[in-house]
Order: sequence, then structure tokens, then C-alpha cells
Amino acid sequence: MGYPHKSHPKETVVLSQYFGDADARTFKGWTKRGGYEALAQSLKLDPVAVTDVVKESGLRGRGGAGFPTGLKWSFMPKEKKKAHYLCVNADESEPGTFKDREIMRWTPHALLEGTAIAAHAIRAEVAYIYIRGEFNEPWTIMERALAEANAAGVFGTIKIHLHRGAGAYICGEETALMNSIEGKRGNPRIKPPFPAAAGLFGLPTTINNVETLAAVPHIIKRGAGWYKGLCLSNPKSTGTKLFSVCGHVQRPGNYEVTMGFPLKDLLYDMCGGPPAGRTLKACIPGGSSVPILTREETEQTLLDYEGCVAAGSMLGSGGVIVFDDSADMVYQIMRLARFYAHESCAQCTQCREGTAWTTKIMERILAGQGKPKDLDLLLDLSENMTGKTICVLSDSCAAPIVSGIKKFRGEFEAYLAGKKQPMMVG
Amino acid sequence: MTVQEDYQPVFIGRVLEELQTVLGRYPNKQAALLPALWIAQREHGWISDRIMAEVAEVLGVTPAYVKGVVTFYTMYHQHPVGKNFVQVCTTSPCNICGAEAVLKALLAQTGAGDAGATSPDGKWTIVEVECLGACGFATPVLVNDDFVENVTPDKVADLVRKYR
Repeated sequence: MGYPHKSHPKETVVLSQYFGDADARTFKGWTKRGGYEALAQSLKLDPVAVTDVVKESGLRGRGGAGFPTGLKWSFMPKEKKKAHYLCVNADESEPGTFKDREIMRWTPHALLEGTAIAAHAIRAEVAYIYIRGEFNEPWTIMERALAEANAAGVFGTIKIHLHRGAGAYICGEETALMNSIEGKRGNPRIKPPFPAAAGLFGLPTTINNVETLAAVPHIIKRGAGWYKGLCLSNPKSTGTKLFSVCGHVQRPGNYEVTMGFPLKDLLYDMCGGPPAGRTLKACIPGGSSVPILTREETEQTLLDYEGCVAAGSMLGSGGVIVFDDSADMVYQIMRLARFYAHESCAQCTQCREGTAWTTKIMERILAGQGKPKDLDLLLDLSENMTGKTICVLSDSCAAPIVSGIKKFRGEFEAYLAGKKQPMMVG
Repeated sequence: MTVQEDYQPVFIGRVLEELQTVLGRYPNKQAALLPALWIAQREHGWISDRIMAEVAEVLGVTPAYVKGVVTFYTMYHQHPVGKNFVQVCTTSPCNICGAEAVLKALLAQTGAGDAGATSPDGKWTIVEVECLGACGFATPVLVNDDFVENVTPDKVADLVRKYR
């Protein structure tokens, strides 16, 4: 919601409680509101006990993959033989997603506290918070909060450092992120080895998203049972999620709801639906890398991991992009392909060539020079871009293309048949 | 390696002290490369080949290696830019909210003309960028370090006036 932040009555306010409250982002303000008690509590517990609480809560990664967080933490070596690392993924760059920025801007201490608890749970001495280069304001706020918290000595022996990115979506991929911290080009690594075995500087590492870690202090304080109880549909999806709604809605912004919440209610009740006189045409529920949903599918979707898969898409990052009937789906899918082409690290041939060529083919279609076989060619390229590369950026480019052609084929065919005004795409 | 007589090193005095502090955060020197490049760009405005060579020497890597890293990341400038470096997001969520019109208005009203070019008065370089992570506040525009939200074509004149 716009600022000063005012939560909608249907929201479940946990992470977003202090959005818009400038006092809450000071150390004093945060501790006045009960901050850092969960950390103090955690530091007295055995790391395994902390991990067990998070496992029990059902918390899953909020960056996009939805991997169970406690389980990921438990992959770290049981015997401490080498240094362990925690990396916090604040590289938020998935189109449609703008929640981590708000968490850092308004509740920096929640992130720092969650980071320290996680570091304790995985026995990491050092944690790096990787913040994308464009997030100047969150950086400044995090820097100040870190200085205050360090001065107060709340982290014990855990060292938290901020590391600034420099413009690369692919550095949000966990292995590329580690390479970027190491001072390299942000190329993803082949897995195995997995980060818990050999990660940052070759040492056991866990990478977690900002929103995931911001939830941890609440889970420690209020208990795993409380978090597990926040569930409207599938018991495998618990807790709350910040959904970043953008595009053709009257009230874009971040909305925090319990897992399993109906997407229809989020879009129409809370965001006011599309602008007056327009109807919803398409919706991408989880950031641009997940399949596009039609209006009918959108109105049936429950917002949890299983619900979005059942609807034919994925929860992903929870970046909800809404297209009304004024949107040109061919142009927007081309624009998404262009995004992936720009961001490809270029290691894998299928991705490097595929993202570029699918973009060019769609530009040609938009310019009125499409050929009858172009759609089959796009689908063929998309198949070769899926499941065959070092990371899933390639698959992410294919997802809107495949779902777009399947569900909005008529718009593509209108360009091919010369029924649409061609446009210069620069 | 010979040092050019007229080259002013970046990493001396207080800037070198700053780099030493940064180096203390990592177990090896190479990991300080991205932070070192940010410091260099802050001090010099952009990162020249000569600066890349200095960074290489300070961190114990090759100039070619540094160049490889610089060319990967979009935010490091490899040539001088205008006093105001402006980034406009035009990825789909902002695109459907009129981002391209904002870009066009900025290019026209600043005299920059083409995206990536610097205006004749040296005050503006406007570039089109990918998702800035502020999609609910379309269209976001970064003017140097200032993140301006909710920019629409009718607000461009005020923005240009403010930063000129």
C-alpha cells in the first residue's frame, strides 16, 4: 500500500506491521517493540534446536523456490570442521517483485535479527547480505541499522557484512550470488556440489531470501505452532507472504496475507481490480518467471505453493503482475524475453542464443514480418531452453512464451495474419 | 609495470584506508573487487582502463580479470557520464504502466536525445534499465542515488527542473 502504510483489514499483518513507521527502524524503536528478544533467546539454544523450530513451522523459502527453510539449514555439516557462511539474498530483481526492498527500508532490524538467528542455527561465523546495487536507500538504512546493532553488541560473535551488487539479475541465483561475493562475474555454478557442501569460498554455505529471514524472529518468539496455524489451504504452505501487486490494478503495493488466500480477493477486494472500464485479461502470480494465467484461471487460484501449481503456474516470488484488456500480450511477452536476453550470463548456449532469438522472432512478429512457422519455432526453442542449462534463467524465459502462446495464441496470430498494426520495436 | 606520470591514483590516503577496512571483511583480496570498483567509481565518476589496472595491482589480480568483471555488471560506467545518470525501468510491469512514455519525455526534455548518450550540456545521461524492484510504484526512475517513485510523463518537467 502507499505510504503512510495502511494495512487492508483482510491482511494478516506480521512482517509488514511497521511498514511506514520510521521509529521502528531505529535500534531503540525496534527493541521498544520487542525486537532482538528472539535473537537473545536463540543464542541460548543449541543450533539444532533452533533449526528444529523453523522446520516445525513449515517456513519455506520466499525468494521463489519455496524450499523448506529448516531442511535447508539442516544440510549444513553436522560436524564443524571448516568455516560456515550465511548469504542473505537481497538481490530482488524478479520483475513484479518489490517486497524485500520494503522489508529492508522499514524493518531493517527484523532482517538483521533473522540473519543472526539463522547464522547461529547453521553455525556460521560470518553472514553477507548481498544487496542489489540499485537499492541505495535500503543500503543506507541497512548500514545505519547494522552500525547501531553492532554498537549494542547484540550479535555476539557473529559478523554481518553488507555486500553491494552492481546490476545483474542473475546474481539473485544462489551460486551466481556466491561468485559475485567472491569478486567474479556472476556466472551460476553447476550443482552438485550444493552450497551446503561447497559454497562461498568453497566452504559450507546457506543462502536465504530476505523475506524468509524476516519471518524467523516471529517464529522463534511466537512458536512454530503459531506459524503452522497460519494456513488457509494446503498444510504444506504455512505462514504469511507479502504479495507485491503491480500493473493494471487501482491500488498496487505489497499485501501480506495468509498462505492459501484467494488471488481473486487480493486483486478485486484489496487492490480494487483493474482501472474503471477495464477487465482483467491475464495475471502472472509469482514474478515474471512463472507461467501466465488467464482471467478464469486467476479467479480460481489459491495463493500457496500447491494452489498456484494446481492453477498451472507457481507461487514464485509472489510478484503479482496484472494485465487488463488494454495490454498487448505479444509485446509484453517480447519485453519479458528481452529482459531475460539482457540478463543472461551467457554461459549456456541454449540460454544465450535462445533468449536472444526468441526476442528477435517476437520483435519481427510485432513488426508485421512474422512467418507462419514462427510460433512452432518459438515453442521449439522454448523446449530446448527448459531443463537443460546450468541455472533456470533459460526456463524462466521460456515460461511466459509457452504459456503466452498457449493461452493468448489469438493475439500472436492476429499479428501473423496482418490484422494488427505493426510496430517498430527498438 | 610502468606508471603514467600524470595518473592520479585512487587508492591513497583515506580512500586506501577505506579499502583496508573493506578487505578485512573477506578472507581474500579478490572478494573486495566489487566494493573496490564502487569506491573507484565514486571517486572518479567512471572506471577507466587505467583505473582497472590500479585496482588489479592493489588486489593482486590482472587488469584483464578486472575488465572481465567490470564488463559483466551494468552499473559500472566504462566511460564518462552526465552529471545526472538517470535509469528508467521499462520491464513489463512498468511497461504496461507507461514507462516508455516516461523515457521518451526524459530524453526529450533533458536534451539527451538517445538513450545512453550524454546531453550537449553534459548534465544528463538517460538509460533504459531492467526491473528496479519497485514495480508497485511505477515508473521508478533512479537519478544518481535518488530513487524517484511513481514518475509519469506529466511529472518529468518538475523532475528535470529539480536536478538540473
